[in-house]
Amino acid sequence: MSSHAAHAPIDHHHDHTTSTGIPNKKLLMWTFLASDCMFFGMLIATHLVYRLHPPPGAPAAQDIFSIELTSFSTFILLMSSLMMALAVNAIQKGNLKSMRWSLLTTIVFGAIFLWCQVYEFDHFVKDRNFTLTNSLFGSTFYTLTGTHGTHVAIGVLWLIMMYVRSFQPRDTAKDRTWFLRNVLHVAAVTGVVLFAMFAVLNLVHVIQAGTGLGAFFSGSIWLLVGLAVTTAASVHFAKPRGPVAFDESNAIDVESMGLYWHFVDIVWIVIFTAVYLLEYV
Amino acid sequence: MSMDASVKTHFTGSEAPAPTRAAVFWRPTAKTGFVSWLTTVDHKKIGFLYGVFALFFFLVGGFEALLIRIQLAVPNNDFLTAQRYNELFTMHGTTMIFLAVMPLSAAFFNYIMPLQIGARDVAFPRLNAFSLWTFVAGAIVINLGWFMPDGAPDGGWFGYAPLTSKQFSPDHSIDTWVMGLQLLGVASIAASLNFIVTIINLRAPGMTMMRLPVFTWMTLVTAFLIVLSFPAITIALVELMMDRLFGTSFFEVSNGGMPILWQHLFWIFGHPEVYILILPAMGIISEILPTFSRKPLFGYPIVVFSGATIGFLGFAVWSHHMFTTGMGTVATAAFALATMAIAVPTGVKIFNWIGTLWGGHLMMRTPMMFALGFVWMFMMGGFSGIMHSAAPADAQQQDSYFVVAHFHYVLIGGSIFALLAGIHYWFPLMFGRKVSEFWGKLSFWVIFAGFNITFFPMHFLGLNGMPRRTFTYDENLGWNAPNFIATVGAMILGLGIFVYFAVMVYTYFRGEKVKRDYWDGRTLEWSLPSPPPEYNFAVTPTVHARDAWWYEKEHKEEIAKEKAEHAKEDAAHGGIHMPFQSIYPFVTSVGILIGAIGVCAVDYGHKLPVALAGGAIMLIGIYLWAMEGNEGYHIQPNEEDLKS
Repeated sequence: MSSHAAHAPIDHHHDHTTSTGIPNKKLLMWTFLASDCMFFGMLIATHLVYRLHPPPGAPAAQDIFSIELTSFSTFILLMSSLMMALAVNAIQKGNLKSMRWSLLTTIVFGAIFLWCQVYEFDHFVKDRNFTLTNSLFGSTFYTLTGTHGTHVAIGVLWLIMMYVRSFQPRDTAKDRTWFLRNVLHVAAVTGVVLFAMFAVLNLVHVIQAGTGLGAFFSGSIWLLVGLAVTTAASVHFAKPRGPVAFDESNAIDVESMGLYWHFVDIVWIVIFTAVYLLEYV
Repeated sequence: MSMDASVKTHFTGSEAPAPTRAAVFWRPTAKTGFVSWLTTVDHKKIGFLYGVFALFFFLVGGFEALLIRIQLAVPNNDFLTAQRYNELFTMHGTTMIFLAVMPLSAAFFNYIMPLQIGARDVAFPRLNAFSLWTFVAGAIVINLGWFMPDGAPDGGWFGYAPLTSKQFSPDHSIDTWVMGLQLLGVASIAASLNFIVTIINLRAPGMTMMRLPVFTWMTLVTAFLIVLSFPAITIALVELMMDRLFGTSFFEVSNGGMPILWQHLFWIFGHPEVYILILPAMGIISEILPTFSRKPLFGYPIVVFSGATIGFLGFAVWSHHMFTTGMGTVATAAFALATMAIAVPTGVKIFNWIGTLWGGHLMMRTPMMFALGFVWMFMMGGFSGIMHSAAPADAQQQDSYFVVAHFHYVLIGGSIFALLAGIHYWFPLMFGRKVSEFWGKLSFWVIFAGFNITFFPMHFLGLNGMPRRTFTYDENLGWNAPNFIATVGAMILGLGIFVYFAVMVYTYFRGEKVKRDYWDGRTLEWSLPSPPPEYNFAVTPTVHARDAWWYEKEHKEEIAKEKAEHAKEDAAHGGIHMPFQSIYPFVTSVGILIGAIGVCAVDYGHKLPVALAGGAIMLIGIYLWAMEGNEGYHIQPNEEDLKS
């Protein structure tokens, strides 16, 4: 049936097998996001309520935040949404190669956002003495932004799995190792993200400490080796091996994932405004 | 029906054999036996399992209630310790709400709703199986306490902070309550998303929204309530768990936390939850009354819009549970007003049900008895509810037995009566056997009498000042006689429930067999053989009127011609498309169960490994679930089913 689907023109905005014409997966995602709105709404409300009623001796947010860093990561997350939209557009036109590059860029931008958050948390705890438990503000801040970060991390993992799935061969019966390759490919790309994150964090720390690049290389040698190995593996698994099953008919899968990704970005805009920018008004 | 245009399928019809597959993507095909139940994606089997688990926990919750009533039968009783009493009322409430009434409603959503809209399954069959098994996992986690030295949760079903904080509840019992409710939330939200998509997208041709049977409409409204209200309790529980496990200060007064926040978050969920419990019941009643009055439902659009209005207003009244917390006059007045407003659509429904009965040719069969019992008893619960909505009156009634009487009238006299009616009503469809009228009616009268003898005296107990959740009382307070009467009533109620279920079990095995459409029904589920085949509809029906099956019975020739054409179309596609069974939803839920046990019931030191192991199993389950794909196969309908 997949060959049939590839030839017939696909209407990406209307599904004639459903009562409303809206694809089931899209409707499911919309409804889920309505639920997620309430989920974040409650967390943000908690933060704002306690912001209005701070206990005596509460830390001043302006002394803690690094608004430049957060503005940068916000911008990056917005750009990742752009790349996500381009990925959906590409696969709707059947352009697999373009979709893969757009997905990879989305993954990288999402990862950069997460790196910034890891750096931020680390910095707040170690340098600003701002922790989960030593103030109510810390409790609401870390729970709220951490929950959002978890959403982004799930999104990145989903993006990686979708990217890898686009290499699944059309005839899995003939190609018996594809499933093993698939698992290793996911592991490799995830490895690249994690190794790169810790290497970059180390690099930043070295630059801040001013101890020189030598210290960076000696301290991060295993991270760099891991990064090289996983990158090589990712490139290796991405080599073309014949016809793949992923095509225009999978556009709805990419689109539903995109809806999730855009939503998580929009939530961040709200959090950035309500948690960060509000402190500078 | 369950596939989108974009889904790739491998058909195992006569012309195309199944492709060889990697061993990891073994697709179970057993239709009977243990594995078939673990791997089923059939909404009818899943609905049946929901029903079995719900009825089991209904009996557990009922047993807990009987123990409570024995303790309160006489003053200064020492049948139970105060601690055990706290555990029992906590678990009685939690069990009845989350493990009995909600899943019993979900059983009907699953089994009946797709049949009523002419669908062959829900939109996401494997997600449906995941909802079921995650519900079971949550039920296990909540009840873990009975088998642990720490004991069962004892903080009340509302779990008010700071009673549930580490300081006042240092052991694992509250943790099991928190994690169990989180799992039930996941299960309920996943199931509701599925029902929403199914109702909106899988309706048979001609089944417009304003032709949906009212039970399906109430399923839709309830599903939206679940999807929008459960996140509130999820966040409340997350914050509580953060406080307990990681030392945050959300509800910790000494660090600036405000326990009142818990009450707001809990009741933003908790009040819609009340309508989650009653709206399905109203849907069932709106099916039964027309069938046994031999008339269409009176004022269908008004009944539907009233249900939706109740759902909508249900989000604007949560603080009426908090009138005595000192919110200030404006907030109190606003919430009192909104609460009174809800009485309007509810009253409209009652009048429409009476309008349906009016001038009807009433058939007083067992489902009808329970349905009429519902209308009367629910109305009484509604009247005491109106009394609570006035904030000054509520200040007197708060936390007294008057409130206990009120919500048992709406939950037993309302929800449970309707669900018991629904079981009787759809039993012939589900199992092809009929329940003895004599024993059915006998169980109704015993339940009806027992229920009123138990709960009517509680109104007076409450007005005479007896507080809720008190494990014993002194003999000179004037509460002796009503308490004793209530306990006798509870025993009668228990006897009635026992008769009810004994008759059901007997009928399941030995009951008289019946043909299709036993009650001469009006909606599409009655067009099916009893029990329905796995593909439900041999030919997808075309709907021409609100009571679709009634119309079909009145226009046999037109329908026969239509069906012959549709059968030809189906045959041209190679038969009826069916989704493959799958083990991975079950695997995913098992992973979630292990992870939850790791978080809530294991001591520090072993927490992380157990939680991570569970998380890993969950991830593997999800991954293989995604990779195996939503493929299906084709089957040919039974020749007999094609005739109707």
